[in-house]
Amino acid sequence: MIEPTILDAKEIEINMGPQHPSTHGVLRVKLKIDGEKVRQAECIIGYLHRGVEKISENRNYFKCIPYYDRTDYIAAVSNGLGFILGVEKMAEIQVPERAQYIRIMMTELNRIASHLLWLATHALDIGAMTVFLYCFREREEILKLFEALFGARLTTHAFRIGGLWKDLPPGFVEAVKKFTDEFPARVDEYEQLLTKNRIWLDRTRGIGVISAAEAIEYGLSGPPLRGSGVPYDVRKLRPYGGYENFEFDVPVGKNGDTYDRYLVRIEEMLQSRRIVEQILQKLPSGPIRGKVPRVLKPAAGEYYSAVEGPRGELGYYIVSDGSTQPFRVRIRPPTFISLQVLDRLVRGHLIADVVAIIGTLDIVLGEIDR
Amino acid sequence: MDSVFIISYVVIPLLKIAVIVLILSGAIAYLTLLERKVIAHIQVRLGPMRVGWHGLLQPIADGLKFILKEDIVPSRADALVFTLAPIISLVPAFVVFSVIPFGPPGMLEGVLRWALSPFFSPETVQSIVESGSVSGGFVTDINIAVLFVLSVSSVGILGIILAGWASNSKYPLLGALRSSAQMVSYEVALGFSIIGVLLIARSLSLVEIVQKQQQDQLWYIFVQPVAFVLFFICGMAETNRLPFDLPEAETELVGGFHTEYSGFRFALFFMAEYASMITASAMATTLFLGGWLPPFPSVPAFSFLHLVPPVIWFLLKVFLLLYIFIWVRGTLPRFRFDQLMKYGWKVFFPVALGNVLVSAGVLLRFI
Repeated sequence: MIEPTILDAKEIEINMGPQHPSTHGVLRVKLKIDGEKVRQAECIIGYLHRGVEKISENRNYFKCIPYYDRTDYIAAVSNGLGFILGVEKMAEIQVPERAQYIRIMMTELNRIASHLLWLATHALDIGAMTVFLYCFREREEILKLFEALFGARLTTHAFRIGGLWKDLPPGFVEAVKKFTDEFPARVDEYEQLLTKNRIWLDRTRGIGVISAAEAIEYGLSGPPLRGSGVPYDVRKLRPYGGYENFEFDVPVGKNGDTYDRYLVRIEEMLQSRRIVEQILQKLPSGPIRGKVPRVLKPAAGEYYSAVEGPRGELGYYIVSDGSTQPFRVRIRPPTFISLQVLDRLVRGHLIADVVAIIGTLDIVLGEIDR
Repeated sequence: MDSVFIISYVVIPLLKIAVIVLILSGAIAYLTLLERKVIAHIQVRLGPMRVGWHGLLQPIADGLKFILKEDIVPSRADALVFTLAPIISLVPAFVVFSVIPFGPPGMLEGVLRWALSPFFSPETVQSIVESGSVSGGFVTDINIAVLFVLSVSSVGILGIILAGWASNSKYPLLGALRSSAQMVSYEVALGFSIIGVLLIARSLSLVEIVQKQQQDQLWYIFVQPVAFVLFFICGMAETNRLPFDLPEAETELVGGFHTEYSGFRFALFFMAEYASMITASAMATTLFLGGWLPPFPSVPAFSFLHLVPPVIWFLLKVFLLLYIFIWVRGTLPRFRFDQLMKYGWKVFFPVALGNVLVSAGVLLRFI
């Protein structure tokens, strides 16, 4: 009897990752394929698990923040903000207006940086390598701003409970202004390369379609949900940290496919720029830090604080027992929840589309594995 | 008479082959540098800058690195086929150059006379120079050169399929499958796109096609623009270049057919890709851009263009096409392989067929 080989198999199983250039970190996807058609995809996660939720049970509230900054290392600024806002709500700490404005400005710049990284890698996955370097050029400018204010480019410890660590360095506002002035022309460059490109349209339209009802059922949030036409944005619906003072639109897609999610994110970058411009116009002067007790003991109770991170609703559920350390913290990581939809999206598509769909979900493994 | 035969049919062709192989290897090495530099500048960065002035020695460093790397044959691979595959891929890309005319017949006459006259009598020199294609700017001129190029360059794809199969690994296997799917979808359109030119030139010899373009006083790109575009696109598909680099597709198949290759064997695949880029450009130049002819070959007002040697014109055109190859890579995303098949069968093939029909009709009715 001839031993059956890989060529006789109707269905073969391949491992995409954890070391694969397009799984954006250490995601492992077990694909069952028939030819190149995907029958089933199973995500295996946990390669980057650090147990930040458990660690923070043994740290006081001040010391927890850097751990949460690093869960989603691409959007460290907004990650920290979510936890800090939660603690401020628990301890009823007032934040001065100037600090609030600067926080929103930096969070929105972080959103632009995060979306740029997404666009860069997503385009690279589909083969457009020039967009990758164009995006990194602009991201570099934002990272330089981060370095000037926070002292770090990626692993920032951006905000403090009650406000900021330091005020803006001299020349900072001008540098941000220069960036916001130049940015729309740069976005036009990316769009010129992609938006009406025949190959890009073929590769993204009708790929990974999810309807609005289904997206809500899966608990998606952020661009994957808005791409399906649901205008859910925490900044608009439950404004936090001063977002109610600014004008911006929430872009939504129609078909819920990869192309719509691409358009939504492009538009979000421009909306973020709009917010930053408004802040630059009416940035108040004043103190940057409110009154914060040296020993922080929030009243016992359960608190939920959610922010709209670049990837979706980022929630912190904090339980306090009245001591200096949180009793329990649970993160609602947006991409951990988006990732569960992967199997549903890739079935029936080809391997090339799996890469596009992983890209369009904009996952960050640091956040998924925590 | 014997020495004449040996010199004109053995020594001189071997010398020409040696020169072409050497120059081609150098050209491949520096084409990689050109690509890295051009793409770098498209992408607002500098590219290689460390090895030599503006990275000019980079290809040599790369070559050295490839040779020094460990050469791994996976334990479960089919060792014989695994070893053969890169060679099957590279050799055809070089063989094709035996029929590509770099210059007109008689180009080397002066050089040969100068080199041979100290050793032989004037009559012997005359008979050597006049025999066969000895003095032409090509190794040989065969009357089925176009068919020869098409058939030999298709063999190169076989190397890729064998490499993917022999690796006994899943991603390379998928790369090989894609490669075979890709081959059936562009080869037909590629063949048909050339037929228009053949109808006008009434010859399959590449030298004669260029000479015909001189007689007709125009490059065939002006009478066969559709065919040129088709030929160039299919050429891109044949060389596995972005947007058609499906068998490799680093971001999907992690290198595809050459995932398991390392060291010099990998370098052979790499060289094959660049060699076939040069082949495709040289073929397009010969068939559509008038080969070694300067622009406006027979217009007296532009006769000063003949002052530039024909080889330079040929190389300039090839360089221009290579630049377009690189430019496209810097601009476009990648197709999916079913989309390439769709375009191949539903767009390129009917258009190529229509082009042949229209060309034939026009030729029959009006000329």
